[in-house]
Amino acid sequence: MGFVRFVLQSARLTLRGGAVYWMWVLSLLALIAWGAVAYVDQFRTGLVLSGMRDSVSWGFYIGNFTFLVGVAAAAVMLVIPAYIYNWKPIKEVAILGELLAISAVVMCILFVAVDMGRPDRFWHVIPFIGVLNFPHSLLAWDTLVLNLYLMLNVAIVGYLLYCSYYGKHYNERLVGPLVLFSIPLAVSIHTVTAFIYNGMPARPFWNASILAPRFLCSAFCSGPAILILLFQILRRTTRLKISDEAIWKVAELMAYAMFLNLFLLGAEVFKEYYSGTEHLVHMQYLFTGVHGSNSLVLYAWIAIICSIVAFVLFLVPGTRKNFFTMNLGCLLIYSGVYIEKGIGLVIPGFTPSVLGEIYEYAPTMTEVRVGAAVFSVGFLVFTLLCKVAVPILTGEFTAATARSGPVGAQVGHGTAN
Amino acid sequence: MQTDETVETTDPVEIDRRTFLKQSLGVLALAAVAGGCSFDTEEFLRKRFKELNPEELKEVLARLETQYKERYSKSITVGTEGPLPNTVFGYGLDLSRCVGCRRCAYACAKENNCSRDPQIQWIRVLQLSKEKGVDLVDADPYYDPPTVPDPDHFYMPVACHQCENAPCVKVCPVKATWQESDGIVVIDYNWCIGCRCCMAACPYGARRFNWAEPQVPADEINTDTHYLGNRPRMKGVVEKCTFCIQRTREGRYPACVEICPVGARKFGNMLDPESEIRKIMHEKRVFILKEELGTHPRFFYFYAT
Repeated sequence: MGFVRFVLQSARLTLRGGAVYWMWVLSLLALIAWGAVAYVDQFRTGLVLSGMRDSVSWGFYIGNFTFLVGVAAAAVMLVIPAYIYNWKPIKEVAILGELLAISAVVMCILFVAVDMGRPDRFWHVIPFIGVLNFPHSLLAWDTLVLNLYLMLNVAIVGYLLYCSYYGKHYNERLVGPLVLFSIPLAVSIHTVTAFIYNGMPARPFWNASILAPRFLCSAFCSGPAILILLFQILRRTTRLKISDEAIWKVAELMAYAMFLNLFLLGAEVFKEYYSGTEHLVHMQYLFTGVHGSNSLVLYAWIAIICSIVAFVLFLVPGTRKNFFTMNLGCLLIYSGVYIEKGIGLVIPGFTPSVLGEIYEYAPTMTEVRVGAAVFSVGFLVFTLLCKVAVPILTGEFTAATARSGPVGAQVGHGTAN
Repeated sequence: MQTDETVETTDPVEIDRRTFLKQSLGVLALAAVAGGCSFDTEEFLRKRFKELNPEELKEVLARLETQYKERYSKSITVGTEGPLPNTVFGYGLDLSRCVGCRRCAYACAKENNCSRDPQIQWIRVLQLSKEKGVDLVDADPYYDPPTVPDPDHFYMPVACHQCENAPCVKVCPVKATWQESDGIVVIDYNWCIGCRCCMAACPYGARRFNWAEPQVPADEINTDTHYLGNRPRMKGVVEKCTFCIQRTREGRYPACVEICPVGARKFGNMLDPESEIRKIMHEKRVFILKEELGTHPRFFYFYAT
């Protein structure tokens, strides 16, 4: 079947590459192995190998999950200009956003899996086979929308690349609605994730209506940061043409998102500090420490400073268009949001506990290793997808040229990742 | 520019597809065999407790009892008594009497086969200052004065309140926890996937997680157990107070109520107008924790004197 051949040829393409490519892939595989060994330990001994305990029952894994759902949703930042506004400079590369979304969702699913106490009972969440508590449980909603988003993106990307590979024109009437649907779906995956936290009155730090909008804003400023960096890498190392215009437009949109992100954070800070209720203690734990417990304070302030500096860099057109400062801004906003939405969201929600207890959580080496492995899987998936997608986009990898070899050798030498 | 070269002969990293597939399958097969040795198929496929028909339930209980016998060298019975008719349990806690001795916590752990290592205790006793009253922000569960009660403090035990509008039941993605008709919120330990969303949702910190394989010394095991209550649990699942379901469904008191040396703990059927708990609710000024959260607990604190 044509599709099977396309998949197999694509798989073969991923096995052809230059020294840099293989160094990258092998280091990812090494990290995966390093983390997998730690996970086996955790699977056999239990989550006691993590830093989590009854007081702080979610930590590094779920923090990463939350951050990565945002990255997955950020593909919409490319899809909207490309397909709603039909803006050509981005339309050609919108697919890269979808590839990022796929990689991010894979990481999300993995982070949930490694956090489960009984991953062997994963089938319990499958509707009709297990028992899914829909519609009451937000986790049930998240299971559904995340998998749907993954399948949708895989379908869209697979179909588009398949058509290009065979030099066929894709069916606009099939892809169009799917792509349009991916927009509200992207918004919904992150809203549902926010609602998981938002819907818990037991945790006043999270029980705020502003959480869902905050999630979306932080997603739209951090996810595209990776894309901007990726675009620059790809146009340096492959034949893919990505205009400065496209990159600058994404950066401009990020600037708006960064402003909103800071504004909503400010709104939250005002509400807590000005109202001065007992609920303030969670935010105090984060920003100033409570009763001498202050392990998060340094990171909280690093996150704030990164976000503010990144915003300024992106606000000023001069620094936004200068690639050095723009890239610096990308790294800063990514780090800032990573801290703010990962550890900076999960831990203060649990600290102090509902009965006033302070347990200072810190991830253990096991969690770091497993986390590194999951991130490496995501990067690897992204690498392999780009390895196939970019040559198809540039027309180098097609059914016609696949068998005859030059494509593999050319692309392999040229592609850094 | 690259010259026309066939990939097969010049690219050293090319792997023959067939060989690659064969090798992968071989590894997978080995893994399956190696892993399969300790893989319990019945347990893996077991349905949720509420979906087991009487036949299947009998088999499950028989298997469990065999397994427990092997592990603890004792005959452990696993019951599945249903709720008593016209019964909704309620609990009263007299804060004027509690002296913070923690006998309830220990009796509970013993009665309910709670892990000793890692140590799990379903009851948490908070030391609060008389000056501040019930202010959980300053609660101390790790108090250790030379004697109790400490004159400037009073004591407030907290365990699962079996809330009418339980947030834990709402958030469980697989319905592993639910409320029975007698008010007890139960957990099917073999259905729980260990996501710990219920723990995040509980406003009272009532739930405990088995971070490692629970250890209970065989000579301390309570052999009279309930499937949804005090049967020995396993790593990776959540557990909590069940109002001693194995006792209360047989008309007995929870272990904590029996052991309290000062009579601070009251228990009964709220639907029985003559019960002690009903009298307390009528005559004493009972209050619940975190009322504004709308959980409607069935655990009422009061000051009798």
